[in-house]
Amino acid sequence: MTVDSPGTATAGPQDAPGRAARKSQTPPAPAGPKEVRQPSRGRRSLPGGLVPYLLVAPALVSMALLLLYPLIRNVVLSFQQLNRKEFITHETVWIGFDNYTALLGDPDFWTVVVRSVVFTAVNVMLIMAVGTGIGLLLNRLGKKMRLVLSLALVFAWAMPIVASVTVFQWLFDEQFGVANWVMRTLGFSGYEQHNWFETGFSTLVISLLLLVWGSVPFVALNMYAALTTIGSELYEAAKMDGANGWRTFWAVVFPNLKPFFLVTTFLEIIWIFKAFTQIYAMNKGGPDRASETLPVFAYIEGVGQFHYGVAAAVSVLTIVMLVAIMSFYFRLILKQEEQL
Amino acid sequence: MSATTSPAPKKYRARKRITAGAVVKNVSALVIAAVFVFPVYWMFSSSLKPQHQILTKDPVFAFTPTFENYTTATGVDLFWTYVTNSLVVTLGAVLVALLVALLASFALARMKFRGRKGIVLVVMMAQMAPWEVMVIAMYMISRENDMLNSIPVLTLIYFVMVLPFTIWTLRGFIAAVPVELEEAAQIDGCTRGQAFRKVIFPLLAPGLMSTSIFGFITAWNEFAMILLLNKDKESQTLTLWLTQFQTAFGSDWGATMAASTLFALPVLIVFLFLQRKAVGGMTAGAVKG
Repeated sequence: MTVDSPGTATAGPQDAPGRAARKSQTPPAPAGPKEVRQPSRGRRSLPGGLVPYLLVAPALVSMALLLLYPLIRNVVLSFQQLNRKEFITHETVWIGFDNYTALLGDPDFWTVVVRSVVFTAVNVMLIMAVGTGIGLLLNRLGKKMRLVLSLALVFAWAMPIVASVTVFQWLFDEQFGVANWVMRTLGFSGYEQHNWFETGFSTLVISLLLLVWGSVPFVALNMYAALTTIGSELYEAAKMDGANGWRTFWAVVFPNLKPFFLVTTFLEIIWIFKAFTQIYAMNKGGPDRASETLPVFAYIEGVGQFHYGVAAAVSVLTIVMLVAIMSFYFRLILKQEEQL
Repeated sequence: MSATTSPAPKKYRARKRITAGAVVKNVSALVIAAVFVFPVYWMFSSSLKPQHQILTKDPVFAFTPTFENYTTATGVDLFWTYVTNSLVVTLGAVLVALLVALLASFALARMKFRGRKGIVLVVMMAQMAPWEVMVIAMYMISRENDMLNSIPVLTLIYFVMVLPFTIWTLRGFIAAVPVELEEAAQIDGCTRGQAFRKVIFPLLAPGLMSTSIFGFITAWNEFAMILLLNKDKESQTLTLWLTQFQTAFGSDWGATMAASTLFALPVLIVFLFLQRKAVGGMTAGAVKG
């Protein structure tokens, strides 16, 4: 385990699904580690009362100041007119829902919404499919090969986002990029000096490749870690019943790892939907604002166009959409919490 | 998923015999590994190439390494300021977060009190906070309070950025240390505080490590906030230095890749180095059986 499962390092944020999977595999196991459920022990010596609150207070206070307050301010800003003039004169002009009505009636906004949704959907589907495939492959490899592949994945995973953006810009450079060379070598014509950032669509495709490349390792390594929790008896039983690989996956792996799949999918949806660096740093939302997704749109609408009020409204709407997605995610996690 | 078809090797076949399935499996593993490593490799190799071997139509794979790109990259004005700023902001945020989170996560994992569930929920939601979308509000608040271009303010923001995640993870790690161990220590005469320090804390080492790795990466990577908040050259970090590098140096891809390598190296090293230790094997051993 220590040698060939770098994925378990992620046990941190993701440990809920992993643990849940392990649990479902051996239901009668004594629920040892989680002791919250055993109220009579260990806690006796504590005076109770204030201590837990004192321990939690610093965390709560800092989150209230630096997270909750900005969120509230964001909503407040979205009800103000805050263009260049007000920005400079520090004037506060209340305009009620005007920013929202303007946005919702603006076809450009809806283009960006549709673009963000499609971009996220394609991304997440690719990430989950490729990640699952590689996770399954990892589970079947010999020790050495597994180490090689997981090391490669860890490299991609650990690459800082900004660095990977510059590398992808270089790979897809118009004049000396490897991508054009690869296309030429494969026999495609028209790649002498192909500008990959010519349209918003192709810019987004490159951002998509970057996101898939950077996110697959997370899914694959966690998938592999989760797979190791499935008892080999189950595979053997499936084999005896004559199930092939495809069927084994749907009959054994998927039902056992369903919590893992659900949680990971939702996490990826959330992450991709709010991805900013990978798109903004790639081509600043261009050309001609054609590769803007919602977070980039909000940023450019504010900083670039000096429409801070509108930008705040865009972020509020984006956050509302994110919250809608997250509510599903939280329901999943809470269900698992209760099982623990 | 051709690899999945291989699980039924005939029993009587000699083990060493190479099956078609095994070949497909291993070859695809190699190809996938190559695809995933390539961008990293290409960054690294480009950074070591002399200028005339970078700007070529057909890529050069064999070359004599040179460090001239690194000299260009680090020769930028204020380079060491950026390095210092990055380190201060990142390490500061992670350390404060660890400290604050350790207190909170202990309470959340081991104590029963009114509102515990609610706080867990808050932490969970905070972990998903859409910081990228909140930059406008953050900017307005900082502007009003004269807090733009401030390294301490940025450190605080990053601290809160990594805090929920740190609490969440540490809480999991603390909960995974069996109470029995703590109780045993208490039976042997430890106070609760001692039991925490002498039993839980050492077992928490891998947890603290993996948590700080991810905190470190989050803060090191952060881009949206600093892009807007710290426009002053003096208060920027390596993140901005890197994104502006290409604009500043035109198409000096060698130097840009050297800059990227320098930026990525700490993270890659930390990741590869601490990763294995962070694999929660320690507690797994203590709990089983």
